[in-house]
Amino acid sequence: MLEKISRRSILKNGLAGTIGALLLRPKAGESHDIKKYPNSMGVLVDLTRCVGCRSCEAACNAEQKLPEPMQPFTDMEVFEETEHGRQRRTDETRYTVVNRYEVPGQDHPLFRKVQCNHCQEPACLSSCFVNAYTKTPEGAVIYNADVCVGCRTCMVACPFYIPTFKYSSAFSPQIMKCVFCYDTRLKFGKQPACVEACPQEALLFGQRDDLIKIGRRRIEENKDGYQDHIYGEYEAGGTSWMYLSSVPFEEVGFDTNIPHEPILDSVKNFLGIVPMVLTIWPALFAGFHLLATRKEQPRISDDKNGQEDAQ
Amino acid sequence: MKALIAEDTHLPITGTSQNTGSAWSLREKIFLGLTTSKYLEQLRRNPVNWLLLIIFAVGVPLLLQRYIYGLGSVTHASNDYPWGLFLGFGLFAMVPLSASGFLLGTTVMLFGREDFHPIERLALLNGLLGYFFAVVYLEVDLGMPWRLAYPMFVSLGPAAVLFLVAWHVATYLSVQIAELLPAFFEWLGRPAWKYYIKRISLGLTIAGIILSTLHQGALGALFTYAPTKLHPLWLSVEFMWIHFLCSAVFGGLGMVIVSSTLINRFMSWRCGKAFRENLDYMTLGLAKGASFAMFTYLVIKLVAVAHDNEWEHLLTGWGFYYLMEIGIGVVLPMMLFAKAVRDGAVALARWAAFIAVFGVVWNRLNTALFAFNYQLYQDVPYWKEIWLTVTLYALYFIVYRFIVYRLPIVFDWEEYRA
Repeated sequence: MLEKISRRSILKNGLAGTIGALLLRPKAGESHDIKKYPNSMGVLVDLTRCVGCRSCEAACNAEQKLPEPMQPFTDMEVFEETEHGRQRRTDETRYTVVNRYEVPGQDHPLFRKVQCNHCQEPACLSSCFVNAYTKTPEGAVIYNADVCVGCRTCMVACPFYIPTFKYSSAFSPQIMKCVFCYDTRLKFGKQPACVEACPQEALLFGQRDDLIKIGRRRIEENKDGYQDHIYGEYEAGGTSWMYLSSVPFEEVGFDTNIPHEPILDSVKNFLGIVPMVLTIWPALFAGFHLLATRKEQPRISDDKNGQEDAQ
Repeated sequence: MKALIAEDTHLPITGTSQNTGSAWSLREKIFLGLTTSKYLEQLRRNPVNWLLLIIFAVGVPLLLQRYIYGLGSVTHASNDYPWGLFLGFGLFAMVPLSASGFLLGTTVMLFGREDFHPIERLALLNGLLGYFFAVVYLEVDLGMPWRLAYPMFVSLGPAAVLFLVAWHVATYLSVQIAELLPAFFEWLGRPAWKYYIKRISLGLTIAGIILSTLHQGALGALFTYAPTKLHPLWLSVEFMWIHFLCSAVFGGLGMVIVSSTLINRFMSWRCGKAFRENLDYMTLGLAKGASFAMFTYLVIKLVAVAHDNEWEHLLTGWGFYYLMEIGIGVVLPMMLFAKAVRDGAVALARWAAFIAVFGVVWNRLNTALFAFNYQLYQDVPYWKEIWLTVTLYALYFIVYRFIVYRLPIVFDWEEYRA
């Protein structure tokens, strides 16, 4: 298209391009350091104590003002429900579910409560391009529906399949997930509704660091009764909600392949190249251009370049 | 159209003025120089339009349903598969096929390869429309489409990969519009306005390379957020971005060959002399580039398998499927391209291009849908979702055709007729 390009115009264009690139630079290369709050709260879930009464589900439903389910919370038939061969999961009507597992060799079924694990370095938060998520000093991962665009990357990023989307709404859809009862309870130092409702003390609310010590002590005092692992101590960089189990975790529905590093770590490879491309490419390709087209451009064109280019 | 042009010797419109010397009016230019009744007649005569009509007859009500009753009414509303066909095809497959703009821009503008000039505008248009429709697909998929500009102006999450995609696609769209404005100015009869674009065209081209490198790569990097969900053969935490960028090179080149083949075959009345005479030569040139890119891609795919030590995965069912994707989608068209270039067999190169484009789409669908959640169940999109995806593609086709019919994309605009 452009027949004559002088060195001056290249410098000019190159400079403009570089400044443009710098101005537009999305700063994606900077690593996102999520503060680890030392006094973060958490919950220790002891699977050996849970009897599957679903009181926590009912309490959550009432506390979060979620729609009343078809089957009452006293109905134990729901444990038989499967969808796509899987047991119940969180969705836009329930932030927590309890599932039953018949484990071979155990004389009674085991129950596992599912809800947001409130990661130390949440993948939902780091993947969100509008900063809709916040990790509060109390440990909760909360969500701001006012800025959410509904791209659902957080749902892709969450290794625990926790965030769900209100697909049923055309005008005010949003992400629906457990928020640790932040607005109504945690903020005021109170335990979440599900923990309060638990009749078995299967859920223990406290400072995360203390919960890890308590978990270790329980394992130590009853080596035969527990797996020697607190699920959530390291998974995905550590979570505020943690679990103790008497059987291997994969047998009660846990994903044991989740890496111990935060999910963000696997994205850093790409984030690192961004500033390099932004800074090196303009010079590199302007250089290629000079090398490829130098022959056709006699030096004298420097002075003549200008208005006559226009046609 | 062809038949009507045969009746009327001064058509199609190829320049500012008619044979008589008077200038075409804007209305005449929009109606291709036909009267309204003749214009409608050519629309009716074309069987493709009837097919489009059927697609829209079902698709438009579905689109309304989506905006009135929510995404859940036209999709499976899956919380396990948050991204369905709208993004799997519309974003992840449309964007690599639209790499053509930056590739041909680089070839012609940056490396001074004027011999590819006759196809440059088609490549730019293919790029622009592909990106534009990726945004259209996004607007159907986003939960709150009216907040499209939020990541730019309202609430910024600069450390997220999607933030980069959003900014780069938006910026690159503007770059591509600027690159195509000269064609529009010529058509409008305002050739002098081109001057301002020409002055910055090298800057635009380089900006195009940077933005393309990063957002093509970023689309791949989005899947590194799901290291436990995507099958390890499709996911390479280290090299995902370069896999996506590299496959976009032959995807984009393949798409230009496909598009130019279709235009040359079905719209020959619209093709200018330079386009028609150089098309075979340019097609082989693009084929050569594509086969080099494919060879590079094969090697870096192999490197990824070796790097993550995933050899044993190749012996599983997933491994067989993966090898099938590579074999049919990459190795086969690569060999065909190479043979076509060696023998000068243009028709073969065109077949290879169709396969290559299919291969890239297949890879993106595998990544976003089929190998995603490989440990769970396989979600098959709801028929309404599939129909809507086709409907939007039909819209893309119409806009594409509308522009190629009118603007000087595959022919040179004559300012003054002697």
